[in-house]
Amino acid sequence: MSTRARAAGATPPPGIETGRAEPDRAALSAGARQERRLGWLLCAPAVVVMIAVTAYPVGYAVYLSLQRYDLRFPGRAEFVGLSNYGAVLSSPFWWDAFWVTLFITVISVAIELALGMGLALVMHRTIFWRGAVRTSVLVPYGIVTVVAAFSWQYAWTPDLGYLAELLPQGEAPLTEHWPALWLIILAEVWKTTPFMALLLLAGLALVPEETLKAAMVDGATAWQRFTRIMLPLMKPAILVALLFRTLDAFRIFDNIYILTAGAQGTGSVSILGYDNLFTALNLGIGSAISVLIFICVGIIAFTFIKLFGTAAPGAEVKR
Amino acid sequence: MAAVGRTHAVRWGVLNALVVLYALFPVGWIAALSFKDPSTLTDGNYIPRDWTWENYRGIFQTAEFTRALINSIGIALISTVIAVALGTMAAYAVARLRFPGKRLLIGMSLLIAMFPPISLVSPLFNIERIIGIFDTWIGLIIPYMTFSLPLAIYTLSAFFREIPWDLERAAKVDGATPVQAFRMVIVPLAAPGVFTTAILVFIFCWNDFLFAISLTSTESARTVPAAIAFFTGSSQFQQPTGSIAAAAVVITVPIIVFVLLFQRRIVAGLTSGAVKG
Repeated sequence: MSTRARAAGATPPPGIETGRAEPDRAALSAGARQERRLGWLLCAPAVVVMIAVTAYPVGYAVYLSLQRYDLRFPGRAEFVGLSNYGAVLSSPFWWDAFWVTLFITVISVAIELALGMGLALVMHRTIFWRGAVRTSVLVPYGIVTVVAAFSWQYAWTPDLGYLAELLPQGEAPLTEHWPALWLIILAEVWKTTPFMALLLLAGLALVPEETLKAAMVDGATAWQRFTRIMLPLMKPAILVALLFRTLDAFRIFDNIYILTAGAQGTGSVSILGYDNLFTALNLGIGSAISVLIFICVGIIAFTFIKLFGTAAPGAEVKR
Repeated sequence: MAAVGRTHAVRWGVLNALVVLYALFPVGWIAALSFKDPSTLTDGNYIPRDWTWENYRGIFQTAEFTRALINSIGIALISTVIAVALGTMAAYAVARLRFPGKRLLIGMSLLIAMFPPISLVSPLFNIERIIGIFDTWIGLIIPYMTFSLPLAIYTLSAFFREIPWDLERAAKVDGATPVQAFRMVIVPLAAPGVFTTAILVFIFCWNDFLFAISLTSTESARTVPAAIAFFTGSSQFQQPTGSIAAAAVVITVPIIVFVLLFQRRIVAGLTSGAVKG
């Protein structure tokens, strides 16, 4: 729209790019064309890097996934069509990992949303110590995931950790399926809730104070103010936070690798892919898993963006 | 009225204390472990009974750790510089220029921000082995700078949108040359945003584990998070707990320093990029 408005004021140079479909392209002023070229030029390096390092390898992963390719016998690589996918999708290992990942994702994101909202409200409203609260909340966000995971692992290890001390003698929660899963969720929630809270905090800042005051004067309870005024106004921020965290949780790797290494049926799809590559050295199967995870993430992202439309990030580009 | 004010303050005090405790308790625990001497390491006490620097002395004497620390610092710094440089150029274009394809760029960065890294591990592993950059700094810098580019572009373009660019024109009207106007007006205005973005990108690269264990095989490029996952005790009967805890604390120190010094900026960077993106 802005291009059109500009072009209207300028004298269109005759005969330039008239073959193009868009009418106002031909009518661009020299200045606008220069601006356009500069824009492309400035974006080019970033675009080239992003395409070269993601699009090309993903294509290559698809190619590898169609091969029988065992790294122990690289000479025997051959094209096998979709049989790697068949092998993965008919394997209970994939489905176990898939459901575990989904379980961890849904539960941890749900807890993070509730807890993150609480944290955001505290950070937003608190009258004193505001700096100290925000600073300490950034620690879980910034800390290396592996470090946090080791801290949790040692805390729950019998005869070592302060949390294991609280449990009955002989309990080793990280060696049992359900307790281990919940501890993985705990570690994940602890580390990523602050990020969720910061995104929600940005949303909270958009809620006008006068509206809340007016509602209070009209006799709305705190809960009513929260659900009727704050939540609707925060919807875009909440959706962005949910989208980012869901996709992030689905690719969970570090916490599981350190806490259980995927033992006791706690491995996520990422752990499964890693194991197939580096323990089983099966590049074909590993790549098929990589591609399947990519497709899952695509489906999640697509669902979010379809469901929430314009509220999704990137849907609206401000100038 | 005063009583109401006081209960109010007490309630906030308790809430704030809870938040601080929540955030710092696990960090305090790993720090406490790192100061325990081997004999009391397994006593399960939160606070060490005997304090010692032994674990730190131990890890700094092994090349396994010092080398990894150098790798971590070097790789994260180089990736940050490249990502922020490329991101600054793109974000400037996004924030200031009109050109077709802007939405495409935003969409593409968003796509990469959502990308599952494991999907890149198998192809990158093979490509890097073939072209000979497996287990090198470059081999890690490439995925790091790529995956942090979306973060850089988002955060920077949010910052750049807030800059009063008209000041540049005003400076030129006042007789400044274009270079002067850029250097003395725009650079000081843009620097805080660029700096904040650099911190966020650095934290991102510093944090990575998956690429670090997948694309390295020896000490020559292994970063600290990967190295501590492979730590072994100094003898086969010894658990490496103390060493891991000490190494973990060492790589947490820069994060704590950033957070303490630049809390306000980090919060601004994280929130602006995500919501306005």
